[in-house]
Amino acid sequence: MMTDTTAGISTNGPAAVDLGPPPGAPVRPVIQIVPLKGLPIVGVVLAFLVASIGFNWQWGLDFNHVAGGALWTGIDLFVGLIVGPILGRLSIPARAEFSARFMPKMVLLMPTLVAMTLASGFQLALDLGNLKPSSPNHAWLIVSFVVVGVMAVIALGILEPANLAVLFEMRKPRPNGEVIAKLMKRFIYTAGITGLMQVATLIIMTRVASQ
Amino acid sequence: MSAQSLNGPSGATTERRFPPVAELGAAALMLIVAGGIYMASYAPRRPPLGVPIALAAASGVLVVANIFMAARTKQFAWDKFFLVGRWTLLSYLIAAALIEFAFVKDHVRGGPLALITAMLVLFAVIVPLIISYTVARYQSTRTDTA
Repeated sequence: MMTDTTAGISTNGPAAVDLGPPPGAPVRPVIQIVPLKGLPIVGVVLAFLVASIGFNWQWGLDFNHVAGGALWTGIDLFVGLIVGPILGRLSIPARAEFSARFMPKMVLLMPTLVAMTLASGFQLALDLGNLKPSSPNHAWLIVSFVVVGVMAVIALGILEPANLAVLFEMRKPRPNGEVIAKLMKRFIYTAGITGLMQVATLIIMTRVASQ
Repeated sequence: MSAQSLNGPSGATTERRFPPVAELGAAALMLIVAGGIYMASYAPRRPPLGVPIALAAASGVLVVANIFMAARTKQFAWDKFFLVGRWTLLSYLIAAALIEFAFVKDHVRGGPLALITAMLVLFAVIVPLIISYTVARYQSTRTDTA
């Protein structure tokens, strides 16, 4: 069985016996699947979102939609097109260490940005009359619903389960590199679709804003 | 069909098959999302309910079948399934409540609100089911043989 001795990660085999890291190996970071320190920040953001919707607070809705949407699209494209390919060329220990620190943050960050963007966006569309059939933006918004729907199914049905499964695997004393690689392939396969959907979102939203 | 490939100590490949819970869950999620898009496309008017009811019903059938299949999985990491399941269920119930709040705030009432509520309940069950089953499935694959 090939074992990466620097990270204690089995790259070929079931790592059947928990031997722990070899003597002298660097200590792997302890993975906290949900970073608890980030939860209060998420709570504040969601409270701000609920207040903006509840009080029909125009600036709050604009802020949530523009800031959330810009970060969501930017991070998705940056991670999918820039970070992902670089990560794919790193050694397995380097990939594992990066992912151990990076993915827990994404567990909190991305759903929060998605909630900010979508909830405020729907409210803005209603308030501004863009959803009325007579609006020139109506068709564009329906297309954007479909785009968001595709991204939601990919994110919730494919990527988030893989993300959490990888984190659970990496918490083990001897993570199985094969399992991690198999799960991480989902990110590679879907990066193209997500990238395409995000570019479509940019086109749709700039069209809507300029009509 | 989902299958987990494992290389044994000798390099031999063993496979463990799991029921396609995640795949069916994703299909159920797709139906709910499609129903949601259909209803949202009519906002602020009252949407016709036939199509979204059919989509929600089909999704509900898939979810029930999925729960049944998941429950029959043998030698499964149920501790991890329930650990992940309860926290993800909590988070998606909060998300569903947020969406429900927005619809109530927008004066959606009667049949459309009842349907949206049913769809949100399905949504709040499907996603944790997919996530917790996927996590537990990969915790269950090792044969623990040296």
